[in-house]
Amino acid sequence: METLANGIKIGEKPDGMEGHGFFATSLEKVVGLARKNSIWPLPFATSCCGIEFMATMGAHYDLARFGSERLSFSPRQADLLMVMGTIAKKMGPVLRQVYEQMAEPRWVLSVGACASSGGIFDTYSVLQGIDRIIPVDVYVPGCPPRPEQIIDGVMKIQRLVETESLRRRDSAEYKAMLNSYGIE
Amino acid sequence: MDVKEPVTDQFYQAPEKQYSYLNLGPTHPATHGIFQNVLKMDGEVIVEATPTIGYIHRAFEKLAERRPYNQITPITDRMNYCSAPINNIGWHMTVEKLLGIEIPKRVQYLRVIIMELARITDHIICNAVIAVDTGALTGFVYMFQQRESVYEIYEEICGARLTSNVGRIGGFEREWPEKAWEKIDKFLKEFPVVLKEFDDLLSRNRIFMDRTVNVGGITAEMALSYSFSGVNLRSAGVDYDVRVAMPYSSYEDFQFIIPVGKSGDVYDRFMVRQEEMRQSLSIIKQAIEKLPEGPFHAKVPEFYLPPKEEVYNNMEALIYHFKIVMGETDVPKGEVYHCVEGGNGELGFYLISDGGRTPFRLHMRRPCFIYYQAYPEMIKGSMLSDAILTMSSMNVIAGELDA
Amino acid sequence: MELDDQEKIIAVINEKFEGEILQTEMLYDFLTITLKKDKIVPIIRQLYEHADTKFQYLTTLCGIHFPDLNQIAVMYQLHNLFTNQRIRLKIYLPIENPTVQTLTTVFPAANWMERETYDFYGVIFEGHPNLKRILNVEEMTIFPLRKEYPLEDQVRNDKNDSMFGR
Repeated sequence: METLANGIKIGEKPDGMEGHGFFATSLEKVVGLARKNSIWPLPFATSCCGIEFMATMGAHYDLARFGSERLSFSPRQADLLMVMGTIAKKMGPVLRQVYEQMAEPRWVLSVGACASSGGIFDTYSVLQGIDRIIPVDVYVPGCPPRPEQIIDGVMKIQRLVETESLRRRDSAEYKAMLNSYGIE
Repeated sequence: MDVKEPVTDQFYQAPEKQYSYLNLGPTHPATHGIFQNVLKMDGEVIVEATPTIGYIHRAFEKLAERRPYNQITPITDRMNYCSAPINNIGWHMTVEKLLGIEIPKRVQYLRVIIMELARITDHIICNAVIAVDTGALTGFVYMFQQRESVYEIYEEICGARLTSNVGRIGGFEREWPEKAWEKIDKFLKEFPVVLKEFDDLLSRNRIFMDRTVNVGGITAEMALSYSFSGVNLRSAGVDYDVRVAMPYSSYEDFQFIIPVGKSGDVYDRFMVRQEEMRQSLSIIKQAIEKLPEGPFHAKVPEFYLPPKEEVYNNMEALIYHFKIVMGETDVPKGEVYHCVEGGNGELGFYLISDGGRTPFRLHMRRPCFIYYQAYPEMIKGSMLSDAILTMSSMNVIAGELDA
Repeated sequence: MELDDQEKIIAVINEKFEGEILQTEMLYDFLTITLKKDKIVPIIRQLYEHADTKFQYLTTLCGIHFPDLNQIAVMYQLHNLFTNQRIRLKIYLPIENPTVQTLTTVFPAANWMERETYDFYGVIFEGHPNLKRILNVEEMTIFPLRKEYPLEDQVRNDKNDSMFGR
């Protein structure tokens, strides 16, 4: 990375052909680059991990630097569903409905032990992991995870967003995966 | 001319009242936690509200019947997770009451310090969130930075930020390091400045007062009949504070004022919490000044892990270590109730032990669950934005609501 | 609690409801009175209104299942904020028919507490305005906190039971 004045680094540009006044690269790379730096999360915060998320959005561990300045509480306008906290069986249908309302492309980040696998609550009323009802892209373990871990999870989502093929959401494999969860 | 009746248009018929139903929640940016309210509204005014809770029911009471006594502490963390040390220490005191253990003075003072820090963090969240709900987003960011300072103090003492699992049955796991005391001193210097800034921003602010005065009020009689406790009860005018009524952990050694409001509205709750934060700072200062010397744990070898050097060299210590870790220590039979002043009110633990390694019955008296019942009554006749403010000022925490 | 305070409270109950008290004991400084179940609500109302014992604050209410006795107990804790006294009242209900009168006429705070006891143990409170499940899923047919039901989620198949003490 080249360094400008004051130690500011510029990110790497994708491979392509450069000339006087133009830069040619594949569409996927440009779209990936644009998408990864402006992910709008939907914070589905239910319990203690939600407080760590509030700390991540605070001034110390600013998540807004990664482009997630605008939290969207409406599923239609969100890209990333961050499920933070325990999901009880009573809450399962609500989570499923919120996921189905999101528009493609959408990603799911499961924050915390309770969302990933039920956590310490191995009881009759807790859903043992949200991947029983919706497909999950990245799991962040911890109880609760430190804000640095949540940021690491978001950065891994960014990696997925950057390298995703533009045709993935229409492919038969993706549709089969959604069908296995019962989502059309 | 005598007008006996007003002249009416014989063709005018008042339209039939039409109500609309608005579903507030379970996931909603303004409800801090997940609970649902179906509001029957006449335009903008709320006529009736039907709450539904249980969206985060994790069966703590049944889980406690499976776990030995020292393994229940992490569960109590997750009840009121904004001020987790108070729950932990409340549970430890319940078990110590059952066992009849005498706790050294130093441990009691250290417990007071960490409980008052936890109370400050709980009130930080609640007041910052009241401000956010009226639209004042900056206050939240400033106050949350102070919560980071308290997280660093917790990390020095027990290793975790939020769900602290602090202390053990009988005391603390280690003597507090020097760094912790330095950080506490730094916090005591910096926090009053930020608190005053936050106070100056909002407490005499015309817009804030217009939004919060006479909103969501409750009378003292109604609050008592709904078994309110904590800040919500004190802002309605009743000075019931468990730290004064039934002092525990040497609270009687400290001088502090209980702030009491008048009308129980959102503004009173905000101001009572602000004053309680200042009183907590004063209690911490008094505790640091008067801190006695002594051991950092009581002598209870059956419940308190022995130091590792003894475990490797001493047979009894090895046996105690094994029994404590495997949870095979037996506890005397008994039935005990102990309450502490949590961030939201009287947090009580009712424990029945039948002599086995796990409790026979553990019932937690959760203040949020009890006072949230009055919410539909409190918002009848108010507008939607006022209802949102009332909910956030009552500091309803979903983990404590559902347990 | 001093001995004469205890006797005063017992005298207030015995004034109108002679013979309802089955047992009194002092457990860890808490006066615990076991009563017969039929007149519990009038007794609590008497304790609420009588000038000597103004127990006008309901601290908590919960259920306890005793599988060996085949009974479900309901425990009420009351607090007198004027003189800072607290008592605990317990009634035992047979498990085949655990019904008792509701306390919501005396304390509105008992509304959700009784719903929670119904949800967990199946205790029916007669006269309750809205006795439905509050914390568990509405469609649940069992009363999960009774001792015969397991804690764990029975649908789970990815944990090795022998390693988790089941």
